[in-house]
Amino acid sequence: MHKVEIISIFVENKPGKLEKITKILADSQINILGFSITSVKDFGVIKIFVDKTQEAYQLFKEKGFAVAITPAIGIEIVDKPGGLHEVVKFISSKGVNIENALVYVPESRKKAFFIFEVDNFEESLGALKNNGYNLLTKDYIK
Amino acid sequence: MFWNKEIECMDEEKLRELQLKKLKEVVKRVYERVPFYKKKFDEKGIKPEDIKTLDDIKYLPFTSKMDMREAYPFGLFAEPLSEIVEVHTSSGTTGKPVVAGYTRKDIELWAELIARSLTMIGVTKDDIIQIAYGYGLFTGGLGFHYGAQKIGATVVPASAGNTRRQIELMKDFGTTVIACTPSYALYLAEYAKEEMGIDPSALKLKKGSFGAEMWTEEMRKEIEKRFGIEAYNVYGLTEIIGPGVAHECPAKNGLHIWEDHFLVEIIDPETGETLPEGQEGELVITSLSREGMPMIRFRTRDITTLHREKCDCGRTLARIERIKGRSDDMIKVRGVMIFPYQIEQAILEVQGVEPHYQIVLTRPHYLDEIEVQVEMSKEVFSDDVKTIENLRKKLEKRVEEAVGVRVKVTLVEPKSIPRSEGKAKRIIDKRNLK
Ligand SMILES: [Zn+2]
Repeated sequence: MHKVEIISIFVENKPGKLEKITKILADSQINILGFSITSVKDFGVIKIFVDKTQEAYQLFKEKGFAVAITPAIGIEIVDKPGGLHEVVKFISSKGVNIENALVYVPESRKKAFFIFEVDNFEESLGALKNNGYNLLTKDYIK
Repeated sequence: MFWNKEIECMDEEKLRELQLKKLKEVVKRVYERVPFYKKKFDEKGIKPEDIKTLDDIKYLPFTSKMDMREAYPFGLFAEPLSEIVEVHTSSGTTGKPVVAGYTRKDIELWAELIARSLTMIGVTKDDIIQIAYGYGLFTGGLGFHYGAQKIGATVVPASAGNTRRQIELMKDFGTTVIACTPSYALYLAEYAKEEMGIDPSALKLKKGSFGAEMWTEEMRKEIEKRFGIEAYNVYGLTEIIGPGVAHECPAKNGLHIWEDHFLVEIIDPETGETLPEGQEGELVITSLSREGMPMIRFRTRDITTLHREKCDCGRTLARIERIKGRSDDMIKVRGVMIFPYQIEQAILEVQGVEPHYQIVLTRPHYLDEIEVQVEMSKEVFSDDVKTIENLRKKLEKRVEEAVGVRVKVTLVEPKSIPRSEGKAKRIIDKRNLK
């Protein structure tokens, strides 16, 4: 299965907010594999890619956060100049719109994935599959 | 339909004459009989003979709920206890309750007010009226009871509670009129449908008189739809007499005040000054005909607007708008009166869920700023910043429309607004006005 999942959390733009989130994950031995922050003036959404998605989701929910799970696609980036550009070019050539993105590096200098959300998951995945690009599966998530 | 057409359609000039005559009498009576009033009048240097026109009422001191607590239990009675045939109380949120004393004539007056009110909405002796207001110290139950009996309707004194039995009675007796709080009416409809499999609109109910709490036009529509009835608004308060001080007519465009018995003013709750007609403010009532416990310029804390234009129903008596809020909850921002419930309503409309919110007032550059902090709820959370920002803007727009001044809406994390026991602290005023 080529579907991976990203956790989105609503946060106010205030000092110490990110720390609160990372602490919760650290205390539960959940590993952050990648993350991104998008914010406007007073608030933002933190996106995290973790090894134990369901566990992390339950944890944030219990602690009263506004949290959601979003499906995403991961595609391997070749470690060379212009590697990311090539992948992004390929994605847009297939008419897939990248909504939010983050990068996951399972093996430093060896393997990296560009993980992104799309507006129409199944359709986008279909367009990107079987094109010679390596898509992220759960096996890579450790 | 009219219970007392002569009075209800009275010529305005004659009405003012009657009011002035009664005002002079009641002021004299309380000055002579109630030490509390004598003291207050003397402090202001006013004598009953100083009241020469209706306008002169503005020289009289206000009476507040606090005054009533101090006079507990019988300090405001203008008759000896031997003449008092009934007492009622209204429980305050803090301290001692407010006590109201009625002479036999007061009870008759009360019945007359309710009789007028119910007749106005078409209730006759052929109706079966179920009174689901509490009977007892609370004024709701007995007030309606006396009035409905005066009309000759068949009274079902169900009192409040025991919802299953209420619905059984409505069904078995063929109740045609109900009197209860609007929130209980909605509960009755829900209970009938969900718990008993009875379609509330299939009951014989035709109309209802609802009050004793604040409610909205949306609630009216909901009650009317669920039961298939006409729902009317009743207003009253224990300090004045109980329910029946004012009631809606079939025009459903304000509540007629029985002005031959009550003299009403609208004041600015902050300054105490009388406001011109048509302006929103706090309702102040002087009871002109009460014997047991007349009230002079009682500050109701209720916010409304007074209208004197002639009503479609033909009555000449003034109307008050549906009570909009309590002056204690009111906040003035850039000279505009704002009530937390307006904001709550607006957020509810946008989000569809009960909001947790807080209003923060500041005055950074000699101008009031109002910020409404709304907790992001799980129900409306989106994983997309753009979508959330759009929601925020929508909230801002709707709240602005509701209150009429520029508002900043900030989304905050769930559970970040402090919860307190019972009433939530909705307003944080950082303006340092005084
Ligand atoms: Zn009318």
